[in-house]
Amino acid sequence: MQAFTQLNGLVAPLDRANVDTDAIIPKQFLKSIKRSGFGVNAFDEWRYLDHGEPGMDNVKRPINPDFVLNQARYQAASILLTRENFGCGSSREHAPWALEDFGFKVIIAPSYADIFYNNCFKNGMLPIVLSADIVDDIFTQVASVEGYKLHVDLAAQTVSRPSGEVHQFVVDAFRKHCLLNGLDEIGLTMLQQDKIKAFEAKHKQVQPWLFS
Amino acid sequence: MAKTLYDKLFDSHVVHEDNGTALIYIDRHLVHEVTSPQAFEGLRLAGRKPWRVDSIVATADHNTPTNGWDKGLAGISDPISRLQIETLDDNIKEFGAKVYFPFMNANQGIVHVVGPEQGATLPGMTVVCGDSHTSTHGAFGALAHGIGTSEVEHVMATQCLVQKKSKTMQVLVDGVLGRGVTAKDVALAIIGQTGTAGGNGYAIEFAGSAIRGLSMEGRMTLCNMAIEAGARAGLIAVDQTTIDYVKGRPLSPKAELWDAAVTYWKTLHSDADAAFDAVVMLNAEDIQPQVTWGTSPEMVVGIDGRVPSLALAKNEVQRSDWERAYAYMGLTPNTPISEINIDKVFIGSCTNSRIEDLRAAAAVAKGKHIAPNVKLALVVPGSGLVKAQAEKEGLDKIFIAAGFEWREPGCSMCLAMNADRLAAGERCASTSNRNFEGRQGPGGRTHLVSPEMAAAAAIAGHFVDIRTIN
Repeated sequence: MQAFTQLNGLVAPLDRANVDTDAIIPKQFLKSIKRSGFGVNAFDEWRYLDHGEPGMDNVKRPINPDFVLNQARYQAASILLTRENFGCGSSREHAPWALEDFGFKVIIAPSYADIFYNNCFKNGMLPIVLSADIVDDIFTQVASVEGYKLHVDLAAQTVSRPSGEVHQFVVDAFRKHCLLNGLDEIGLTMLQQDKIKAFEAKHKQVQPWLFS
Repeated sequence: MAKTLYDKLFDSHVVHEDNGTALIYIDRHLVHEVTSPQAFEGLRLAGRKPWRVDSIVATADHNTPTNGWDKGLAGISDPISRLQIETLDDNIKEFGAKVYFPFMNANQGIVHVVGPEQGATLPGMTVVCGDSHTSTHGAFGALAHGIGTSEVEHVMATQCLVQKKSKTMQVLVDGVLGRGVTAKDVALAIIGQTGTAGGNGYAIEFAGSAIRGLSMEGRMTLCNMAIEAGARAGLIAVDQTTIDYVKGRPLSPKAELWDAAVTYWKTLHSDADAAFDAVVMLNAEDIQPQVTWGTSPEMVVGIDGRVPSLALAKNEVQRSDWERAYAYMGLTPNTPISEINIDKVFIGSCTNSRIEDLRAAAAVAKGKHIAPNVKLALVVPGSGLVKAQAEKEGLDKIFIAAGFEWREPGCSMCLAMNADRLAAGERCASTSNRNFEGRQGPGGRTHLVSPEMAAAAAIAGHFVDIRTIN
């Protein structure tokens, strides 16, 4: 996994609550057996005016000019600003794959759905929780200041604004450690294999029917 | 110290704990074709093998067609759907599984229907699957939740998952459910109260006399929808109903192991004085048959209600959510739910495709016919075994005589990955779990209801109160 340490990034606003993973990457693109290439179909139903299917030449498709991420000023954004309960619904990891492939490394929202939140960390992405009031205020700033950027520092757990204002955020210590160092979680867990084997042996004695 | 059911299940699976982050052991890994190929590929690239092949139970469900089975794999017109199904075949052949039900196998079906009916889901287990509706299996007093594909690979390689303990929420539903009020209505009424984010960070335990009174099918429907309240896991304590359901299934313990298992399973309930981080209470008598009107399961009202007006929105964020939902759903505020006409009906999904669901829908459809404005009414059994049982009982004939289509098992129009889908603007009464924009097809409009309510809507051509029908 790619490490994440710091980012000074352009912010794109997606002003909707409860954005579900079906919206982030519609089901027809889940038929792929690969892990890459989902970015061109991120938010497909909102982003294009026609119906998208795998294998289409997306460059030739009609763009929805009203969809915020299509606006020229938000191209090259690497921070997605959004509302409550982002990533709800389906557990599809294709959602963070699509957002990451699209160019987002950081998401800022007042809350996330649990599975999506967890999936982000497995893909070198940092989902940050800030209070609804702060998020609301950043929305206002992003709308009024073209090229609005935020500086994110994972080690310090801070989001800094151009004004100099700094917001602390909370992140679980283990997830932070993995993300800062780009650690492969499977490799880490394999270091515990003696403990897993010992647990398994004991578990088999207590609940032998689970192994029959 | 008094423990909740969640505590008991979690604590009994901790391999190692460090600073609040635990490594927990996984007993059952359910696998389907959509969220597994990248995980198997990851194993292959790293030269890893599954830690415990006999924990894996696999089937194809999301992409599989519900008709044209006489043509076999060649009947799957979409080549990438076909490739994904074939890839699962290849991966299971290479890596192995305890049992695998490939496309068209007599036992194939939706993974959350197949697991329990095979006895692959047992009380006390930890169960994972790359699918958010894995919460279904919590109905058995198992700790079950959806995971992403990276975690699918992690569980295959290590038999473990890195977890932080969730908070616990008890949802208490006491009283007796009225006639025509089902587990689906209970689930939707709860979500209407908590909102779709209300359960974020929690494992929900459903309790109370109304829950105790539910069959295992009903309990699965309820736990299935826990994720729509934001909770990754839903749980119900083990009781005699659970034990009776599990007994005699192909993978259930036998002989002396059965007796030992039952003794252990009877401890799988929250202690009387266990404390929960949150408690939500509903009176069973207050719950009406529910119908969602919008694009989130929390946008739900009783059948005698109306599409709510903006004045009822609790804040600015919800107001803009609702405005978008009115436009997408083509509905005007204050429209009575019973005046909403439908174009299609879908009876199926991991929420409501079990035998009890089909019996309930068939009882409503019997001797009647779908309304002329209903273009398509699909009945998609949850598994090959559910289909066979329904046919033994003659339910297929009842549905077909009433103008419904009787299909082969799979996920079908719940998420419309196969050919079953809504066209833009079409309105559907659906027994599935999500009414998100585009979920059942781009531009499609979904109203979530119980099987009885879906069948009644098919006959009437619009939503009707099942309690007014004999």
